[in-house]
Amino acid sequence: MAQRKPGTGGARKTVLVTGAGGSLAQRVIARLHPHHNVVAADFRRRVETDADIPSYLVQLYKRTFEDVFAAHKIDAVIHIGRMFPHERNRAQRYNANVMGTRRLFDLCRKYQVGQVIVHSTYFVYGATAWNPALIDEDAPLKASEVTQDLVDSVELESLANIQLWRHPELHVTVLRPCNVLGPDVRNSLSILLSNRFAPVLLGFAPLMQFVHVDDMAEAIVLAFEKNHPGIYNVAPADYIPYPDAVRECGCHRVPVLSVPPLLPRAISRVLNSNVFFPPYLINYFKYPVILDGRLFGKTFGWKPRHTLNDIFASYRRQKQRAAG
Amino acid sequence: MSLLHFPVFDLRQHLLDRLVTPDLEALVDRMPKPVGSFGYDPWGYNNATLKISLGLVRLLYLHYFRVETHGLENIPDTGRVLVIPNHSGQLPMDGVLVGAAMALNTNGPRLARAMIERFFPTVPWLGNYLNAIGAVIGDPLNCERMLDAEEAVIVFPEGVRGSGKLFRHRYQLQRFGNGFMHLAMKHGTPIIPTAVIGCEETMPSLYDIKPLARLLGIPYAPVAPPLPLPARVTLWFGKPMHFKPVTGEAAVQKQVEVVKARMREMIEHGLAQRTRKF
Repeated sequence: MAQRKPGTGGARKTVLVTGAGGSLAQRVIARLHPHHNVVAADFRRRVETDADIPSYLVQLYKRTFEDVFAAHKIDAVIHIGRMFPHERNRAQRYNANVMGTRRLFDLCRKYQVGQVIVHSTYFVYGATAWNPALIDEDAPLKASEVTQDLVDSVELESLANIQLWRHPELHVTVLRPCNVLGPDVRNSLSILLSNRFAPVLLGFAPLMQFVHVDDMAEAIVLAFEKNHPGIYNVAPADYIPYPDAVRECGCHRVPVLSVPPLLPRAISRVLNSNVFFPPYLINYFKYPVILDGRLFGKTFGWKPRHTLNDIFASYRRQKQRAAG
Repeated sequence: MSLLHFPVFDLRQHLLDRLVTPDLEALVDRMPKPVGSFGYDPWGYNNATLKISLGLVRLLYLHYFRVETHGLENIPDTGRVLVIPNHSGQLPMDGVLVGAAMALNTNGPRLARAMIERFFPTVPWLGNYLNAIGAVIGDPLNCERMLDAEEAVIVFPEGVRGSGKLFRHRYQLQRFGNGFMHLAMKHGTPIIPTAVIGCEETMPSLYDIKPLARLLGIPYAPVAPPLPLPARVTLWFGKPMHFKPVTGEAAVQKQVEVVKARMREMIEHGLAQRTRKF
């Protein structure tokens, strides 16, 4: 990894990173660690870290979370930790993601944290047939209209937006990345593309954008170092239809009937494929949600280093290794 | 090596070679069109799909509708432009032919971005195909982004009022929407007034069965030939018109009327010049 200059002002800061066990958070921590004090928190497990990185197993919405703030003088929070729909039911997810984030903001205000970076998702825009291309950050968030399973993602964003305008001292930055892929990434699409077989809706080839997990980690660190509060899409200006991405990742395409619209949902439920082809994401395999990522690139000087081919190559290699 | 050698005849490749000739390939490659590493732009346009489709459309263009063009030199070979034609013929055949004329323009081929109805993306295969050849849903944001990206956009300001009108109203311009003028003013875009002569005769509609249209959820249900008739089509592209920004819908409407009047003159001229309908 390239050596990075210390953050703004050169001062060593203490940064709390949530969801520390994930592939993206690990990469963020690795980039921050040489120049800042890092505190790791995760709700799934106590994350193994370097000796000088305190690590906590903690639920954000529980009282014990405050102990982390009491024990360390936190200067900035990078909130990546998110409970995925395939992990728990809707109520538990709401508690973890929405109530947990609300508590996080309460604590940030109480302990005078000077910067909060929220890792959101492009899913909040919703996938509909009427979406224009190159959606910018001012577009309405229509995901709740598409499915109730994304209500928590939209509400988490609303909370962040309220803080952004009402508490400018928190310097809130919301990042809405396109699909993050790469080694060890465990989101729905990454799990799907790691399989040998991937479902494809017949007659639909939505364009998609992908960002490598290393480039996304770089984007988060830049957002932390340069500190320009606001809402930003993070997406490269390169596009590929989903069925082509499936092929490029070395998966065999499994055609799924797409009409009537209830049919693919029913098939998804029957297969119980909540992990990689969940019913609530069916629309995202049908209609494109193409982001305009220019604002982030311009504001933070970010340019992805990995091409689409680099991203897909790691999935191809993974399958070749598995096949021996 | 075997003495008997039978060359394998690849029918698919043979047809592709017949359709996508080197001159057509060169025209498409000359189009100013930024695409990503897999050949797609943000709206789903794809070079390879366009080449095949243009090869097919060129057959219709040259041999079925025997299209004649005037004023193609008025379309700039680069930079943003709004092409504004009259709309007719029940099916969007006029859009296809105007787009083909622009793509096959040897002065400087342009990819024409046509705005399509919002239900198309819900139709399997067709939605993606239309995107791949350059069409996008008629959202003002799409149009703005394309003009910002220096693209050539076709807008039919009459919308379905023009394409769905009865044969007895042929060549009578219907009410224009003002959206195209707002876009032209906001994005400093020249307007190319365009007259399409002949598409009215491709599918003459005698009656519109409105209850059937409502039932099917489509804009109109014409009593018309099931397929377009082989009428000769002539396209007249006018000189670019430039408009300064004005405020107030009445002032915008006035500028729209200027374009409409110019198109009316061009249609009358085109009809007077026409010697054969079929």
